[in-house]
Amino acid sequence: MKIGRIIGFAITGLCFGVLVQGEPIEFEIGQTATQEDIQGWNIDVTPNGDGLPNGQGSVDEGAKVYAAKCAGCHGPTGVEGPYNRLVGGQGSLGTDRPHKTVGSYWPYATTLFDYIFRAMPLTAPQSLSANKVYALVAWILYRNDIIDENMVLDRFTLPTIHMPNRHGFQISPHMGISLPTSP
Amino acid sequence: MRAKKSPASKSKQSLSRRHFLLGATSLLGVTASQVLLPVIPASSQPASQDPMRVPGGPASVYGRRSVHEQAQRLPSATRSLTPLQDLHGIITPSALHFERHHNGVPLIDPAQHRLLIHGLVERPMLFQVDELKLFPAVSRLGFIECSGNTGKEWKRAHGKTAQETHGLTSTSEWTGVMLKTLLEQTGVKPEGLWLLAEGSDAAAMTRSFPVEAIIDEAVICYAQNGEPLRPEQGYPLRLLLPGWEGNTNIKWVRRLKLIPGPAMTREETAKYTDLMPDGVAQQFTFVMEAKSVITHPSGNQRIPKPGFVEIRGLAWSGRGAITAVEVSVDGGHTWRTAELQGPVLPKCHTRFRLAWQWDGKEAILQSRCIDDTGYRQPTLQELVKVRGTNSYYHNHAIQSWKVLENGHVENVYIR
Repeated sequence: MKIGRIIGFAITGLCFGVLVQGEPIEFEIGQTATQEDIQGWNIDVTPNGDGLPNGQGSVDEGAKVYAAKCAGCHGPTGVEGPYNRLVGGQGSLGTDRPHKTVGSYWPYATTLFDYIFRAMPLTAPQSLSANKVYALVAWILYRNDIIDENMVLDRFTLPTIHMPNRHGFQISPHMGISLPTSP
Repeated sequence: MRAKKSPASKSKQSLSRRHFLLGATSLLGVTASQVLLPVIPASSQPASQDPMRVPGGPASVYGRRSVHEQAQRLPSATRSLTPLQDLHGIITPSALHFERHHNGVPLIDPAQHRLLIHGLVERPMLFQVDELKLFPAVSRLGFIECSGNTGKEWKRAHGKTAQETHGLTSTSEWTGVMLKTLLEQTGVKPEGLWLLAEGSDAAAMTRSFPVEAIIDEAVICYAQNGEPLRPEQGYPLRLLLPGWEGNTNIKWVRRLKLIPGPAMTREETAKYTDLMPDGVAQQFTFVMEAKSVITHPSGNQRIPKPGFVEIRGLAWSGRGAITAVEVSVDGGHTWRTAELQGPVLPKCHTRFRLAWQWDGKEAILQSRCIDDTGYRQPTLQELVKVRGTNSYYHNHAIQSWKVLENGHVENVYIR
């Protein structure tokens, strides 16, 4: 079973049919959120690129940002640590010493943007501009031999990147869930 | 009520005087059978520290435990472990509930906090914390277990104590408003099949999951064990998904977004996924399966002498209620059924006990539980056969404690 294949439709619609048709109590608690309310918080990015902001970044720019903001934790080339290794490890997942890196393990490049933008660097999360995040993503993907050094990432090119471990996941067989749509 | 102060204090005085005298005579050789009243030996403490001879402390605005009690969490930078071996019953004191956070515990002013529900809804809505308390409330007891609990025990006996091997699970009474109630306010579009939940911590922690799978049980909680959530547990709001791996129970939750399919966040791709021996990883292993551990006697404890020992422990299952716990004292060759202490609640720690006569010889203590789906907790051998040893998460295998002849108990790896 591969994630992303359309493998069935959940019956959730039924559930909400009941919710909506069951004439729920009108509590009149809370307020309607405006687009302005939502805009600042709506930071998630999905595998098809929804949520990616305007802006762009190159591998060269990414190298500079990485050296300044990331190398202290992830090592000069993304391998040394002390914290999570970002580069290498491809082909190691089925061995006794698996290395789960962006290159060897992460199934979607968009997730890298989402995560860096929301949570990195650890000491100053949400301090990097969209351009700097695009650049970092470009540099990390380049170091993993996933894009070439001239590629510029933006909201159109990033979702087209195919990650090496894109099909390395299966839905846990014990959960009885299926994916409703192709992400 | 009128207080009859003088006779009461007089009788108290005469009682303690009598106890003192009896205590003194017992030291001179009076046997227990001759003495019908409890014997309180003469205190070796100076009178100024004798709790019966000086008035006690005043009432207080917020209670503290005895200065003589020191059970504590075992913290590291990103988590702390519950001292299971020091606790009784099924409720974990809020101050000892395990922690796992992904970039620290945020300081949140509840007056500034909002919960936003948006995405594929009919009407996006914002709720203040106090507003959420106006909705019909629900309370339930439930365990939360980090899927990394026992994760260091796959390849060898790593933790020395039950706290170190199993301390990433705790049980509380959780109170809040059903997620379903809130989604009835916003309405959900038919294509809104998954839900992304996001915390307002410095990790902006996010997970996504199918709405249908959690809608009957998910709670937006504002209280734990009767009082507002502890900061480490998500103050002022957290999501509770009973029986599901801890990190999906998003703390400090600020945003719920209805989406068409999985968000594929870092936490559900790069992190909380289970690498199998063939190099393929299992994803969305939400449920914490049936698991148990003996907490007494357990690692680093010592049985003082041969004779009666009450074996005690905890069992839980993310699929439902525990129906039975069996205990072995011979490394799994024979099993006896333990007594379950009520209440036995679904998706909640359950206390078990078994009387044992220790003969002073080496013994291997194990427990295994069965839940109401009929599922039995596996041996480590059974689990490793399917999962290998690199999946890290979701290790719910039988734990083994070895009792040495000197009574010392230690963690032992049996596969």
